[in-house]
Amino acid sequence: MATSQKSFTQQLKKYYTFYTGGFVLFVTLLAIAEQMGLSTKWIGYTFLVFTILLYAGIGIMSRTVEVAEYYVAGRRVPAFFNGMATGADWMSAASFIGMAGTLYLTGFQGLSFIMGWTGGYVLVALLLAPYLRKFGQFTIPDFLGARYGGNIVRSFGVMAAILCSFTYVVAQIYGVGVITSRFTGLEFGIGVFVGLAGILVCSFLGGMRAVTWTQVAQYIILIVAYMIPVVWLSVKHTGVPIPQAVYGGVLERLTEREKQLTSDPKEQEVRKIFADRAKAADDKIKGLPATYQVEKDAVTKKLEDLRAANAPKADLDAAEAAVKGFPASPDAAKAKWTADKGAAAGRTGPPLPHATPYPGKDEKARDTSRLNFLGVVFCMMFGTAALPHILMRYYTTPSVQEARVSVFWSLFFIFLLYFTAPALAVLAKFDVYTLVVGTKFSELPAWVNAWQAVDRTLLNITDINKDGIVQLAEIVIGGDIIVLATPEIAGLPYVISGLVAAGGLAAALSTADGLLLTIANALSHDLYYKMINPNASPTMRITVAKALLLVVAVIAAYVTSLKPGNILFLVGAAFSMAASAFFPALVMGIFWKRASKWGAIAGIIAGLGVCLYYMVHTYPTFIQWFGTTPITKWFGLDPISAGVFGVPVGILTIWIVSLLTPAPSKDVQELVDHVRYPSLTGDIDTKGT
Amino acid sequence: MQLTQTHIDYWQKNLRLTAVLLAIWFVATFVMAWFAIPLAEIKIFGWPLSFYMAAQGSLIIYVAIIGYYAIAMRKNDLEHGVQEGEED
Repeated sequence: MATSQKSFTQQLKKYYTFYTGGFVLFVTLLAIAEQMGLSTKWIGYTFLVFTILLYAGIGIMSRTVEVAEYYVAGRRVPAFFNGMATGADWMSAASFIGMAGTLYLTGFQGLSFIMGWTGGYVLVALLLAPYLRKFGQFTIPDFLGARYGGNIVRSFGVMAAILCSFTYVVAQIYGVGVITSRFTGLEFGIGVFVGLAGILVCSFLGGMRAVTWTQVAQYIILIVAYMIPVVWLSVKHTGVPIPQAVYGGVLERLTEREKQLTSDPKEQEVRKIFADRAKAADDKIKGLPATYQVEKDAVTKKLEDLRAANAPKADLDAAEAAVKGFPASPDAAKAKWTADKGAAAGRTGPPLPHATPYPGKDEKARDTSRLNFLGVVFCMMFGTAALPHILMRYYTTPSVQEARVSVFWSLFFIFLLYFTAPALAVLAKFDVYTLVVGTKFSELPAWVNAWQAVDRTLLNITDINKDGIVQLAEIVIGGDIIVLATPEIAGLPYVISGLVAAGGLAAALSTADGLLLTIANALSHDLYYKMINPNASPTMRITVAKALLLVVAVIAAYVTSLKPGNILFLVGAAFSMAASAFFPALVMGIFWKRASKWGAIAGIIAGLGVCLYYMVHTYPTFIQWFGTTPITKWFGLDPISAGVFGVPVGILTIWIVSLLTPAPSKDVQELVDHVRYPSLTGDIDTKGT
Repeated sequence: MQLTQTHIDYWQKNLRLTAVLLAIWFVATFVMAWFAIPLAEIKIFGWPLSFYMAAQGSLIIYVAIIGYYAIAMRKNDLEHGVQEGEED
């Protein structure tokens, strides 16, 4: 079999080289078609249809009815390819589209995600992957069930796996909906269901096997799509096509430019206007309810005056809208004015110094900012090392050593994108600060006008001080635009924009696939086969698995179509929850033989409990949903970092409760030895069938 | 299944290696971030050091840690005779 594994790897390399070549050819042909006059809409459609058909083709070729193939791709995915698949599995729509934007908007503070989402793999490599591979079953609850004996721990594992994966998958399907609707003009709801179809063609027929091979294909598309525009932008500003190596110089120039803009009198003038507006809104709020009638009369009178003076249509329309949109009651007025005040107050400050760590007005603000940076890093890292859809990927390699090497490739492929994102953010920011700021409104770059027309929440530039020139303080920018508009900022043809959309789609689809499979497998394998019907035949198990996959996918798409708010927070929350629930029980199960069943149960409950308690009492949306009483933040830590409390509580609880309860049986101790050694004479066999 | 001395040595060596690598990981992550403000004073090729580390340097260290672990453990497996046979 060793030679056949080798030739299998060779074959894979050949296939994917052809595939990459074919894809490049496809993009080239489309670029030529664009020059000959193919419309942008058709380019969008072609990309969408072509890539989904491609994934469907791989999905159909990888169909299977064998249990081990369906759950762990037959355990023969070579380290290198498993690394690519993990990369695609890992990098979601949030990484691909949102990351650079977050860095643009938050500067140094955003780097906590870059560090957290890469450093977590050190924990995966050192503490989990090789041992889980040796254990060699199908799911993460499988390990918890075997190590801690019994169905209680397993059911907690199932519940926690579903809880984290479901919040995460909704965010992915949402991303799919946004991308398809933006680039094809389809409605969001339809986009969601097109995306759903795209997800199902990858996973329905072949489970993990199909997902693995489509994920490799998706990784190739997403990394190519991410790199091309950044390289171009780098050439534009530095003349060097390796942005990651040279953006230090751009960062220096950017910092200079920030200083100029901070003290620029025109900038200060605009910021002053916003400060005045905030103050005016504040006065109105304080004067309620009397101000309500005064303001209402004022807008009505203005409209009448304009009508009397035969003012231009634009002014009349604006005044009419002001009358129509005037709040219906003093309470509504208060809400609206508070929002106005917040919006204006948010634009009164100088630009955020991009390269400065923990900017803050005083020592205390800086300390809180530092603590939150560390908190996010901690939770993202430990969450990475506990998210079931990632850990599951290391069951699919042929051996323990391959699993170790595979984590290396995983992080390497993820690193390629994550060390590019900060470069992109700096280059894009430099572009905006130097080429948009200071130009006349009549001479704005084409991409600015194009994106303003598409969506005002992504880009909105208004001449606040009426001097006809763009000031930085007059620009409102949404994070997602950074990646989406980079091809145009860099002056590339539309076909590259289509490519970027295809890359975003690949990122969202691949992650959604992995997550859906995790949820469906937890239900079909752990709940149905291990707990309800252990005598089920392999055919029955596969049938149940596929049926559940379909059901879960439809439910997830339905929930997504309701557009639940604050999706980014929910993704972060999934990391904290996974870290608190899984990390202590998994790692202590491997490294501490004394960890007992009741210790694990108590640890999972306590860890997850503390994490959820903190979130539910500090995160405004949750407080609203569950009607909880808010508490003061512990050490000023944001709710997204609740895992900072959950993980240590989980570890301590497992430790104390384990010592208070009987030691695990000899079988369990043998199981621990079994996972610790890649090969042992007279070893037991735990491989799942 | 009885563990021999060489098995115990293997595991001890693994624990030591894991501890050392985790210590490096900890310094590259949390210690670096804790001292980010003073570290920002140092400039390399235009980057303030703390920005460079958080955006690139620490990431490279992570990749290196994992790569080193895979190589060192392969060696450890062979030395203590616990390497896998050719997989079936």
